Amino acid sequence: MSGTKDAWGSRIGLILAMAGNAVGMSNFLRFPVQAVQNGGGTFIIPYLVSFLVIGIPLLWIEWSMGRFGGALGHHSTPFIMDSMARNRLWKYIGVFGIWTNIAIAAYYCYLESWTVAYMVHSIKGSFLGLDQGEVAAFFDSYISLGTSTLGIPWEPFVFFILVLLLNTYVLSQGLQKGVERVAKIGIPLLILFGIFLAYQGATIDAGENGAIHSSIEGLNFLWTPDYSNMWSPSVWLAAAGQVFFTLSIGMGTVHCYASYVKAKDDIALSAMSSGWMNEFVEIVLGSFILIPISIAFLGMDRVQELIELGSLSLGFKTLPYLFMQWGDVIGILSSFLFFSLLFFAGITSSLAMGTPWIGFLKDEFKWKHTSAAWSFGLIIFVLGLPTIFLYKYGVFDEYDYWAGTVSLVVFALLECILFAWVFGMDRGWKEITRNAEIRVPHIYKYIIKYVTPVLLLIVFLGSVFTPKDNDWEGALSGTWILDDSSIISKLRNTGLKDKLARATDSETIAFVTDQLFYVNASRMLLMAVFIGFAFLVYIAYKKRQREPITPQP
Amino acid sequence: MNTSALILMLFTILGVTGMLVYFIVRVLTTPPNPEPDSYLENDAVEKRKLPGDTDKSTR
Repeated sequence: MSGTKDAWGSRIGLILAMAGNAVGMSNFLRFPVQAVQNGGGTFIIPYLVSFLVIGIPLLWIEWSMGRFGGALGHHSTPFIMDSMARNRLWKYIGVFGIWTNIAIAAYYCYLESWTVAYMVHSIKGSFLGLDQGEVAAFFDSYISLGTSTLGIPWEPFVFFILVLLLNTYVLSQGLQKGVERVAKIGIPLLILFGIFLAYQGATIDAGENGAIHSSIEGLNFLWTPDYSNMWSPSVWLAAAGQVFFTLSIGMGTVHCYASYVKAKDDIALSAMSSGWMNEFVEIVLGSFILIPISIAFLGMDRVQELIELGSLSLGFKTLPYLFMQWGDVIGILSSFLFFSLLFFAGITSSLAMGTPWIGFLKDEFKWKHTSAAWSFGLIIFVLGLPTIFLYKYGVFDEYDYWAGTVSLVVFALLECILFAWVFGMDRGWKEITRNAEIRVPHIYKYIIKYVTPVLLLIVFLGSVFTPKDNDWEGALSGTWILDDSSIISKLRNTGLKDKLARATDSETIAFVTDQLFYVNASRMLLMAVFIGFAFLVYIAYKKRQREPITPQP
Repeated sequence: MNTSALILMLFTILGVTGMLVYFIVRVLTTPPNPEPDSYLENDAVEKRKLPGDTDKSTR
């Protein structure tokens, strides 16, 4: 390998690290909310279909691209993609595989730090005796850098620094002693805590500890199929989108982890093991916690109102209050375990986000591993600051939208085209099935070549032209008004401009004007980072022309 | 729970759990490849015997 001696300790360690990369907070927060918003049990059908025709093909594509590139000494997507095609532009497409991770990690580490803060506050008993409004106000005060109940000035910033230092330290220890060790501890604990909370969520009786309903009501709400929604494009787009989020595909992390697998070793079975482990955590554990507990204590109408505010709101503003209804000991324990579970889900993902950058610096510029890891920490610190101090202006959401949503679909679509049409499906199929320890169904050769790219294109176009209120039926019948969440409206800042036009008081006008400025500035910042990475790739390319890298034997 | 919700829930949960267990068992029961492979911890483990192998050291 080119200047790197990194390697996985064991196959199960690699699978747990890959599963940890995929399992994130969205498994417990976003998935159940998406399911409820999109027809309950009906959502699961398009979700599973999307997993089979988008998720699994992309897992195999990314694992095999990573192993292929790794054998040539590449551990990040710019030169993995470059090695698969003649056109020099592909390495700049590969920049997405570094940029996306850096941009996501910048806000994700902040989100991760909330979970640590909430673990501490759970143990400290900060949520005991608070009503629902007070728990929600606690969160609002926390993220607005308000008065800390721990007596720490700028408490969210302090927790962010701690989490970032922890991530950087673990990354500096390398794959086997750092990332893999955390995954081997974190994933089993996450599953254990998840089972405890799922049991708690599934055994609530009406009238007990103030519960209005039993768990059954929530499970009925979540799992009852509403077949009238079955063929709605918005449901299918939401399902496909959730598959992206949950599997961490279209990011470049899977390529990086798989690039340390030698050509003689299997990737087909390993990819399935990590992919289905993520599905187990998401569907089996994720469906028994947030929604059943919320509905049992708050009722369906209130939960539907809260869902409109987003899954983070339900998780951080509501769940601590609900846990405390179980009494002091079980309440504190459940709250602590829930936020620990989110923390393990978060850190195993954020660690994965650091590895492509480290691999890139080591491969191309011969950096030492420790220096590369600390440079990651420094970049995340700088890029993370706006998400903390300008949170109220929507900078956090802006990072999430462009890096954590749009970029994933764009990169996945392009890598799928590269793999199936440029590299060639025959060669691609050989890569997937090389030394495979399972029989890969032959139909996937055609799914990867035709079905997956077409579906990805539909998902992308659906994001570009999302109709108002996701009313695809109305849009297709002739009245196509763009929703504020569509890429076009986002670029035009339509929602903010409407808000500004409707504002009457000077305070709101000043705030929205500032918001417009910061939103545009954060986009410029993200774009500047992308261009900066592309320039580094260009320098690396020139360097490679002068000093060719010897492929791994 | 109502019947349709129960059927869908059980079908999905058992299906997903079954797939996970199947793949993990396959991983755990497959012997490691001959060295040098991708993993460091199994360097001392006995090499896998493939059909037709007579002398593993020549592989």
